[in-house]
Amino acid sequence: MTAVITRSEGPLYDGADWDYDKIKRVYDAIEHIAQKELGLDVYPNQIEVITAEQMLDAYSSIGMPLMYKHWSFGKHFARDEMLYRKGMRGLAYEIVINSSPCISYIMEENTMTMQTLVIAHAAFGHNHFFKNNQLFQQWTDAHGILDYLEFAKAYISQCEERYGLPAVERVLDAAHAIMPQGVHKYPKKRPLDLMAELKRNRDRQEYQEQTFNDLWRTVPRPAGGRQPSRTVSERKKLLGLPEENLLYFLEKKAPRLEHWQREILRIVRHISQYFYPQKQTKLMNEGCATFVHYTIMNRMFERGMITEGAMLEFLHSHTSVVFQPEFDDPRFSGINPYALGFAMMQDIQRIAESPTEEDRQWFPDLAGSGDGIAAVREAWANYRDESFVLQYLSPALIRKLKLFSVRDDSEDPYLLVENIHNERGYRNLRRLLARQYDLAYLEPDLQIVDVDLAGDRKLILHHRVTNGVLLDEADTKAVLRHIANLWGYEVQLVEVSAVSDAILKEHAVTAPTAMVA
Amino acid sequence: MNIIDRRLNPQGKSLANRQRFLRRAKEQVVKAVREASSKRGIQDIENGDKISISTGGVREPTLHRARSGGVRDYVVPGNHEYVEGDTIPRPEEGGGRGREGSPDGEGEDDFRFVLSREEFLDIFLEDLELPDLVKQKVKQSESFSLTRAGYSVSGSPSNLNLVRTMRNSLSRRIALRRPKPDELLELERELADAEARGDDPERLEEMRRHLDHVRLRSRRIPFIDPIDVRYNRFESVPKPIAQAVMFCLMDVSGSMTEHMKDLAKRFFMLLYLFLKKRYRSVDIVFIRHTHEAKEVDEETFFYSTETGGTVVSTALEEMQRVVRERYPENEWNIYAAQASDGDNMSSDNARSAALLRDGILPLCQYFAYIEVAAEHNMGLSALGRETELWRTYKLVQRPDLPLAMRRVRSRREIFPVFRELFARDKVGA
Repeated sequence: MTAVITRSEGPLYDGADWDYDKIKRVYDAIEHIAQKELGLDVYPNQIEVITAEQMLDAYSSIGMPLMYKHWSFGKHFARDEMLYRKGMRGLAYEIVINSSPCISYIMEENTMTMQTLVIAHAAFGHNHFFKNNQLFQQWTDAHGILDYLEFAKAYISQCEERYGLPAVERVLDAAHAIMPQGVHKYPKKRPLDLMAELKRNRDRQEYQEQTFNDLWRTVPRPAGGRQPSRTVSERKKLLGLPEENLLYFLEKKAPRLEHWQREILRIVRHISQYFYPQKQTKLMNEGCATFVHYTIMNRMFERGMITEGAMLEFLHSHTSVVFQPEFDDPRFSGINPYALGFAMMQDIQRIAESPTEEDRQWFPDLAGSGDGIAAVREAWANYRDESFVLQYLSPALIRKLKLFSVRDDSEDPYLLVENIHNERGYRNLRRLLARQYDLAYLEPDLQIVDVDLAGDRKLILHHRVTNGVLLDEADTKAVLRHIANLWGYEVQLVEVSAVSDAILKEHAVTAPTAMVA
Repeated sequence: MNIIDRRLNPQGKSLANRQRFLRRAKEQVVKAVREASSKRGIQDIENGDKISISTGGVREPTLHRARSGGVRDYVVPGNHEYVEGDTIPRPEEGGGRGREGSPDGEGEDDFRFVLSREEFLDIFLEDLELPDLVKQKVKQSESFSLTRAGYSVSGSPSNLNLVRTMRNSLSRRIALRRPKPDELLELERELADAEARGDDPERLEEMRRHLDHVRLRSRRIPFIDPIDVRYNRFESVPKPIAQAVMFCLMDVSGSMTEHMKDLAKRFFMLLYLFLKKRYRSVDIVFIRHTHEAKEVDEETFFYSTETGGTVVSTALEEMQRVVRERYPENEWNIYAAQASDGDNMSSDNARSAALLRDGILPLCQYFAYIEVAAEHNMGLSALGRETELWRTYKLVQRPDLPLAMRRVRSRREIFPVFRELFARDKVGA
């Protein structure tokens, strides 16, 4: 590192206790390093001190400070609380929200060193990522999300008052069940703007209220209405099929939903969409935050801004965060996103600053470019987990982690080791690992393909099966029941092989006996 | 940057969600509570507890792939020995990958969480169909009152103890030799006199210096210093409530079925809750009897079976003995509850009645006899065929004696026995 080392007068704080003055001092020091030296670009920060119970609260409402009410949040709270009370699980040190201002929660029982770490990690690491990564820029509106949640919460509680808890709960249950299938994966014609939509929605409601005239209800309608379309392709085009966003389709096209039920589907869909970039960038997001806090803490230590004791405490918690157990370790539960993300970003910095011959071959553009931090920033801005691994996972790191790939074919009695960390394996390993982060590959490929408009209005979904992995039977049945509740008629799901178009399995549920409302 | 302290925000933000969840899982929770309360000890009934419900009604299904079947690739770290083409035996359940499905394919564990004391009691009491008012009474925690408990160095101004403070101030002033106002006046007067007399200037100078010194000293040593200040300290102590002992008597001869014992246990639990609310400490004595009686622990009381005849008087004698030895009646409030299916040796009836009337009832605040019957055996006993013991006790019963008798067939009927107890309470209060 070539940064000029200036010794400050002494450590910024001493001992474990924190107070607002110390936090302010430390924040200013971190801000200086982050913005002037690392070139981070962040939303304004808002740091909120909370208790353990409030942390559990935040946990159960998927990390958001406001959320509508639903029993599933209570369920998660009950479980998290028990695990925490029994000491089976610690709490996260922080939660950070992709909003502007960027809200980071810090816990009151953290020591001053932990608060420093958390500020560097969340208020600068995550914050920079939220503001600069292209996925977040494209899909989320950090300025509007809190207002939108406020609206959602108020709207749903209004609905509960007006239509009763059970009716609202039924819609929410159904919507939650297909929440993962409620996102647009590709931009539609018009980019999503939560703020404008919210405003338009309010205006629309106001307009409707102002221009309401009961007389219109009594006007006779033309008999018969529009004739059902004849050809399949015409019908599909009319309905916008095939459609993979189940929530969107049901919200717009389900024939028997009330207006408020559509609005609730829309709320759940927006929240799902808001979290979609986070699901795609878990590895990078955590890697970015970990890389930032590690760099900042080290620079602070070099300048004598934190004591040796604090540094040791920091290293202790840092190493446990980036600990990666090996596959045969009882603690192994998959690849730790903190560990891999952090390792890859350090690797990028190394390749940029002091590349080996191998690196020059593999990364001709990156190797030796000189400014490691700039190279990492570039990666943060332009990739998601899958493309990030595909682009940057280096042979050196594959060797270091001793990665290997295993093929599990249910037809064979054993598992087969396909690739290990050698010349032949690097590219395959990189491709396979990248696929482990590809949501489009991880989540089943489901689409609504047709509706039998002329007949019994049966909704037909297809699951394109890759590698012969079918859907989980019991859960699928339950979800189809939820879909049928929203759709109002029979629902059928066909599992089709992606290779041969052969039908592998069919699930169906009959029309709900009672209406949703 | 803003720092906001949210710690004082209203707590329990998730309460509404929790209630929704409990309502949703009601059926399973009630079942789990019922099981838990039959397993746990009488004295533990008060504590909230971890309960475990099946995930049935509270599952959140999603569309996801099955956990087995098909072809999958995994990339994992930590290769030590494998090369391409090696085969690994498929790991057993829980090994290696740790995400294999469970054998029945359901793959989801029971859902465990902790019910608070309030929630547990709510559901427990609901099962017994208590009126709401009574539930409140049973659930109420004990009340506290403030008592003086010495002095403290911090407190609110209204609790300032003037006498203590002044005493400390005085002793400090003496210890540090703060000049008294009288001394100061005296010196001033002397100086004035000396000046008027036109004394030796050197001496005058010295007197002035001395006076300045004394003034300075009295300024530096304050009259009342923060370290003198004392406040009255208060401690909240539980209201002094007398102690009570509860005797559980039960016939454990072969004719008592599990159902009967369960009814008896619930009655004992309810009585315990009630006593717990009124008395600071409640002891429980378990006495079981066949043709002989013995004091036992709770476990043995409910779960071990004995064979033998049925002689009720032995239990009453045993109770008398325990009272004599450990619970003198002038120090303890004595409650007793007897559960039986009503059998007794005919030859023992007279003796039991006499013991109850002359030995036991004078000692007791309240003696409840509940006769438990099999749930389906409605016919005969309901139509008034009175059992041996019932007839015997009925002879003893008089309005002025604290004896309540009830027949109980199902859980729902347990409460009526209690109503009498509470009715008495109202008269007494």
